[in-house]
Amino acid sequence: MSNGRLRWRKFVSNFMLAMTGVCAFVSVLVLFFILGYLLFNGGTSINWDFFTKLPKPVGEAGGGMANAIVGSGKILLLASLMGVPIGFLGGIYLAEFSGKGMASVVRYAADLLNGVPSIVIGIFAYSLVVLPFKHFSALAGAFALGMMMIPITLRSTEEFLKSVPRMLREAAMALGASKWKTIVTVIVPAAYRGIMTAILLALARVAGETAPLLFTAFGNRFESHGWSQPTATLPVMIYTYAVSPYDDWHRQAWAAGLVLLGLVLIINILARTILSRGIAVPRS
Amino acid sequence: MQASAKPEFSVNIVTNLTTPASRETSAALPMRMTISKLNFSYGPKQILFDINMGIADKKVTALIGPSGCGKSTLLRTLNRMYETVSTSRLEGEILLDGQDILAQDVTALRRRVGMVFQRPNPFPKSIFDNVAYGPRINGYKGSLADTVEKSLRHAALWDEVKDHLHKSAYELSGGQQQRLCIARALAVEPEVLLMDEPCSALDPISTAKIEELMVELKNLTTIAIVTHNMQQAARVSDFTAFLLTGQIIEFSPTPHLFTTPSDPRTEAYITGRFG
Amino acid sequence: MATTTTTLKGAGPVSGSRSFFLKLRDGDEIARLVTLVFATTVVLITAALVWELWINSALPRQKFGFHFFVTSVWDPIMDQFGALPFIYGTMVTSAVALLVAVPLGIGAAIFLAELAPPRVSDTLQFFIDLLAAVPSVIYGLLGVFIVVPLMRTVIYPALNKPFGYLPIFKGPSYGVGFMTAGIVLAIMVIPYIISVSREVLLSVPRDQREAALALGSTRWESTWKVVVPFAKTGIMGSIFLALARALGETMAVTMVIGNTPKIAASLFAPGYSIAAVIANEFTEATGELYLQSLIALGLVLFLLTFILNGLARILIVVTTQKGSEAGG
Repeated sequence: MSNGRLRWRKFVSNFMLAMTGVCAFVSVLVLFFILGYLLFNGGTSINWDFFTKLPKPVGEAGGGMANAIVGSGKILLLASLMGVPIGFLGGIYLAEFSGKGMASVVRYAADLLNGVPSIVIGIFAYSLVVLPFKHFSALAGAFALGMMMIPITLRSTEEFLKSVPRMLREAAMALGASKWKTIVTVIVPAAYRGIMTAILLALARVAGETAPLLFTAFGNRFESHGWSQPTATLPVMIYTYAVSPYDDWHRQAWAAGLVLLGLVLIINILARTILSRGIAVPRS
Repeated sequence: MQASAKPEFSVNIVTNLTTPASRETSAALPMRMTISKLNFSYGPKQILFDINMGIADKKVTALIGPSGCGKSTLLRTLNRMYETVSTSRLEGEILLDGQDILAQDVTALRRRVGMVFQRPNPFPKSIFDNVAYGPRINGYKGSLADTVEKSLRHAALWDEVKDHLHKSAYELSGGQQQRLCIARALAVEPEVLLMDEPCSALDPISTAKIEELMVELKNLTTIAIVTHNMQQAARVSDFTAFLLTGQIIEFSPTPHLFTTPSDPRTEAYITGRFG
Repeated sequence: MATTTTTLKGAGPVSGSRSFFLKLRDGDEIARLVTLVFATTVVLITAALVWELWINSALPRQKFGFHFFVTSVWDPIMDQFGALPFIYGTMVTSAVALLVAVPLGIGAAIFLAELAPPRVSDTLQFFIDLLAAVPSVIYGLLGVFIVVPLMRTVIYPALNKPFGYLPIFKGPSYGVGFMTAGIVLAIMVIPYIISVSREVLLSVPRDQREAALALGSTRWESTWKVVVPFAKTGIMGSIFLALARALGETMAVTMVIGNTPKIAASLFAPGYSIAAVIANEFTEATGELYLQSLIALGLVLFLLTFILNGLARILIVVTTQKGSEAGG
């Protein structure tokens, strides 16, 4: 019952609670530190040439990463074309058509795929796409990234479709809509915001992936045409330029880092704030 | 459980409605739907026991009874809405215009037997698109605008919404939403309209509007309504079936059932000494 | 038009299901089959991934067997491949990462779940989510240009001078090494620990807290002795999840670990990790045995993360269910 002991306990309480606050703010500060540092270093290195010029030969200053920007865009587009339909339609199967047994097998496979380190996905794409065609290609890189988009798209499609209120389904079925018409005209439209958010987040995640591209898309110092050539991408360029010994390349790496981070964060913020306003449900 | 109901009881029901036995039904009534020897269960639990009744054409038939008596389930057998539950099992016969509904394509059946639910459930679309939904998915060829206007007029909603048909249905009040759902159901011109406690989520004024509407809609279609509100059943319906623990205790013309019930359990229920 | 009498047919069981062809006409069966094909694709891809890793690592399995894991010689010229230095490097960097990230992450999660008002908590969580979205190559970039010099000029002297007699702080520092990689990894996994732990802490029923407070606990005592133990398994799950991330992380580690296949006791020494060696040497691997040894390393990495992710999921599910049961 001593007052001193109580005062000590209160002190410990306040101190520890303050420490947790410090932990939280330090963690969040890291984000602003990263942003600030990239803005500072990247901002001073970035210029119009960065977006329009090809890389200069080693030792020459200047040049840009036009080919890597185009390459990243191409690979992300193709990756989405591969990953999103599989994930989306597979998710519809899980939410709407599947029995218990098959569904748990698919879910398990998707969770497993989701946890695979990205470098291992790279090995998979290498042995499945690079080896048979005998050279690195945009196609192989897109395959690797597409595989990474599948589980996120699949599981979130399933979740959002399942959260569409049962009464909307019943309303459509009571009007004589068949199951697939109900899905197409009511359930998917009601859930599309959530699904779009998830797809955008998946896209943002693979946009920054480097490891699976190292030995699939590889890299290229020139413009690459078509889908079957080695292709430069922003993340791989950042890596090669950052570990190079040239100051000018370091500056370009900062610029590329700023562009990549900006792209990823903008997609994230858009997806989280504008799209994910949840699912429309009738009020009552 | 009392799985086997007395056979003379079911005969009684049929004769009650099809012969001029009571003062109210002086002529033989045409039946839109007839239900015979209907047994229904979800998994191991039997919900309905040996149901025999009819839904009279261009009349309102009410199903009443304490909660859990199976009245909603019975309604949901009429458009086979129960099939969304995979463990359900149905025995017996339900005829729509003399044809077995179980032998029909379920989507075609549901176009003929529309439904309005407990809570208003408009789609997250515009008012117009909600009403046009049924005609659209059924490949309606005529003028959608005309159909939508006609249906909204039938649902007594046209004057309130005609200037903002392209607003989201969610901007309407609860009562308006429910009338929109009625308009949506009417747009496919159903032969029978099932209403599952359509006013349970509404305020008294909205409820009164929907009750008025039901009486008017009799000219247009045949209505079967589930309600937990006995006064409502007495006000709007022509025939009433009283259910208890999955069985029909009494099925008679409404005035008859509420004034001179023939079963003591019915009397107990309508006088409030029950449930 | 309407019948007036009910014909009581023999009421046998009537199946409610429509025939296959009727369904087909409506498109339901087509839709089911189409979506089934895509769902099956997911399973096939995952199976193919495991299969490719397995068959493409057959050579080292035959040649080295279990010795692959306990040999520390990695000599492509002599065709000798032992995975021990990489396994060691992966373990050490991950351990350093967890030592730094776990206290910080759980502390932050406690603040977000227990102390911060909901609006502040949600805003901070939004930033934490953004932090989790920063690409790993960006962490690598910052690691190379900030953490490496910082290690050489600040952290190394601060630890080496007073504690240099300890084996783990002995020897010179080049800036790159286990410690550097561990710190960069720590920064990367903190968001995962915070997000999952916060979620788990929030699922602890209110009455647990209130009971402790009513008994005269201070706010910290109720948090640390009641809420955190309640959420213990789920927090463990978040740590396993973070560990799986750290083990599999490639770019940030590759850029700062020093890429030297040696086992050194000192945390300041350069080393190598499984993911880093695959990233660096895969395109240069000339011999079949060399390439397959790298793929075997990929298989090891896959199995490690597979086990950790599985455990993490079980722990998290167990805790949140406990919460909803106790709170229900």
